[in-house]
Amino acid sequence: MSDTFEEKEVAVELRFQPKPKDIDEDIAWAQINGDVLRSLERPRPLYWVIFFGSLALFLWGVYCEIYQYNTGLGVADLENPQVWGLYIATFIFWIGMSHSGTLLSAILHIMHADWRKPIYRFAEAMTTFSLMTAGLFVLVHLGRVWQFYYVVAYPNERWTWPNFSSPLVWDATAIGSYLTTSVIFLYFGMIPDLAICRDNATGFRRTFYRALSIGWRGTDRQWSNFRVTYLTIACLLIPLAVSVHSIVATDFAVSQQPGWHTTSFPPYFVAGALYSGCAAIITLFIILRYTFRFEQYMTIPILEKLCKLTFAISMVWTYLNFIEYAAVWYGTDEFAKQSLIYRATGDYAWWWWSMNILGSVVPFSLTLKRLRTNIPVMLVVSILLNLGMWIERFMIVTPTFAHGYYPWTWTQGWWPNWVQVGIVLGSFGWFNMLFMLFCKIFPSVSMYEVKEMVYHRRLPRKNLKPLPAEG
Amino acid sequence: MSLDNLTSNWSKLRVKRPQPDQYKDAPYKWGMVIDLDACTGCNACTAACYAENNLPVVGKHRFLKGQAMHWLRIERYWGEGTESTQEFPERGAQFLPMMCQQCEAAPCEIVCPVGATHHTPDGLNSQVYNRCIGSRYCSANCPYKVRYFNWFNYPESAWPSPLEQQLNPDVTVRSKGVMEKCTFCVQRLTEAKDRARTEKRTVRDGEVLTACAQACPTSAIHFGNMADSSSAVARMWKAQQVELSADRQAKDDQREIDEQQGKTDGVLRGYRVLEQLRTYPSVVYLERIRSSEV
Repeated sequence: MSDTFEEKEVAVELRFQPKPKDIDEDIAWAQINGDVLRSLERPRPLYWVIFFGSLALFLWGVYCEIYQYNTGLGVADLENPQVWGLYIATFIFWIGMSHSGTLLSAILHIMHADWRKPIYRFAEAMTTFSLMTAGLFVLVHLGRVWQFYYVVAYPNERWTWPNFSSPLVWDATAIGSYLTTSVIFLYFGMIPDLAICRDNATGFRRTFYRALSIGWRGTDRQWSNFRVTYLTIACLLIPLAVSVHSIVATDFAVSQQPGWHTTSFPPYFVAGALYSGCAAIITLFIILRYTFRFEQYMTIPILEKLCKLTFAISMVWTYLNFIEYAAVWYGTDEFAKQSLIYRATGDYAWWWWSMNILGSVVPFSLTLKRLRTNIPVMLVVSILLNLGMWIERFMIVTPTFAHGYYPWTWTQGWWPNWVQVGIVLGSFGWFNMLFMLFCKIFPSVSMYEVKEMVYHRRLPRKNLKPLPAEG
Repeated sequence: MSLDNLTSNWSKLRVKRPQPDQYKDAPYKWGMVIDLDACTGCNACTAACYAENNLPVVGKHRFLKGQAMHWLRIERYWGEGTESTQEFPERGAQFLPMMCQQCEAAPCEIVCPVGATHHTPDGLNSQVYNRCIGSRYCSANCPYKVRYFNWFNYPESAWPSPLEQQLNPDVTVRSKGVMEKCTFCVQRLTEAKDRARTEKRTVRDGEVLTACAQACPTSAIHFGNMADSSSAVARMWKAQQVELSADRQAKDDQREIDEQQGKTDGVLRGYRVLEQLRTYPSVVYLERIRSSEV
């Protein structure tokens, strides 16, 4: 009985070419520990180049922010119709970037996509840090940042509440809960790995990891509780992720300005968020793979799967982008139509067209196997895609101000000055700095889940016995 | 707000504006009529507004950047074509004084995260400087772009000594990072209402004027209490058949009838700016009578 079963299976296997494996199944568990723990020790010199470059950018951003804080927002060349500038555009960009971490770590976890296992940890860290960066932009943007807590619904002696009909209040609530949940999720998923770090570290590091691993011993009971809790947080996180960017979209959709007043904005924003996030994951994937010598874990087949995912999402974004234009074009709102024409032919025409080309045409390079398995090409393409998505956010915010309802306030283009650009660059520095620090202090590849992958693959076929029949 | 209210009917929590007959029994509803036919574009109203409301003069450089703080601005519009090819260059520009329209369904009010801008019982769209955190969402959503932000700490620089002596003591000097806009000279209204209350009466028509209405040499700006049906402003609204809370005005119907009959100029000339957005402004503009045929 069992013999015929095995023969059949062999025959089935021979008919198909074996797929390239995500991870080489011959890696020993001790080697996985060793490789990942080595990333906490001594990286390639490129790591320090990126780290100190980011630190310098961050310090420059801090300088610009101090100047702006002391003198007033006027130094950023904001003016009457252009009251938001780059800050809100970049805020949307960073919120959007956070979504793909959740896609990889929570959604694909529930869907049992095994290939996410070596790469979800750093993606989840990217979520946390980009949300923190987005939060900073809210503060940079406010005129009286020292009173930002007025937006939060907290009980106080005067019974003054925020205005619950304002999307900014929804924003503050949604971003706050998303950030909290993703920090918990990131930390919680890391506990078994922190225990491995604890067992291999000495001195103050051992104390540090011991405190963080909160008594993880790897007993059966701990594992079963861990699995259930991890799955629960993942399920909680998914609706939060979708709602956060939908709410950011309502900042625009709720207002009645031409070019913003569109009901398709929430799904459009979520698609754009996943898109830019996936592109950012590819960039960080390539950087980590090189700096920490993760070639065995961040493999080309995984990169290919990431690229396919990015391409699928880019097509969703292209479709939603197109129907947004089509709805305006065939609609009856003359102001919105004028606003669209202004985007395509006015002062920002170059930017608008480059956004559409970068966002909708460049991703087709991901369909070519030769290109998507070529790491330098993918580094460039992923950065280009993110550039396109940043311009998309700029194109949502700025032209509406420049060409709104009231002709008297129309401007002949408006361009950000060095203070705004400095703060935006500083935010990239801040994000990279935090991310690089994270990868140096915490295991950026999930050791226990890579072991699971290897374990399942290594199970010899002969041991797979059919379950005994009931009774 | 009781728990009952929360559980039974959520729509009660939402205040719809404008409510029908909202100001029927209210003592005050401030409104304005601006006769564009009388406006000469002399900018006296703007100057009066600067003096009355402690507006900082920002200087040429910042003005050109668009950081001016004029709550009331005179807009110039030229006829079709360029200056050399337009129809009647000798008649010059047409002017439109633009200030906060004190909308009944104000787009700024629903989006302010902290409720710093809200509706007062006498129909003003008020701005609470202490509460404002400077998110500038109100300005982003204002179709008229009549909200002005304190980009710098103007009290430091705009009135070097002894110029601070000229400041109006009844009006707050706004600090860095808050939004401000035309208030219909709320300090004057409050004072007039207080005086009337002491004398146990309501404010009489013409007893209180905004600074711009007071300064206008041609009386193009009319200001008054629309809740008082005998006031000049209420009568002008009525004569133009403009209703505060109506989506479609008699003028629009009149125009259709006129077009059918082949008339080009209607009798009614009152309109509200960007009325189709359903903001229900409290300011009515009267079209210029002079047209190309005259």
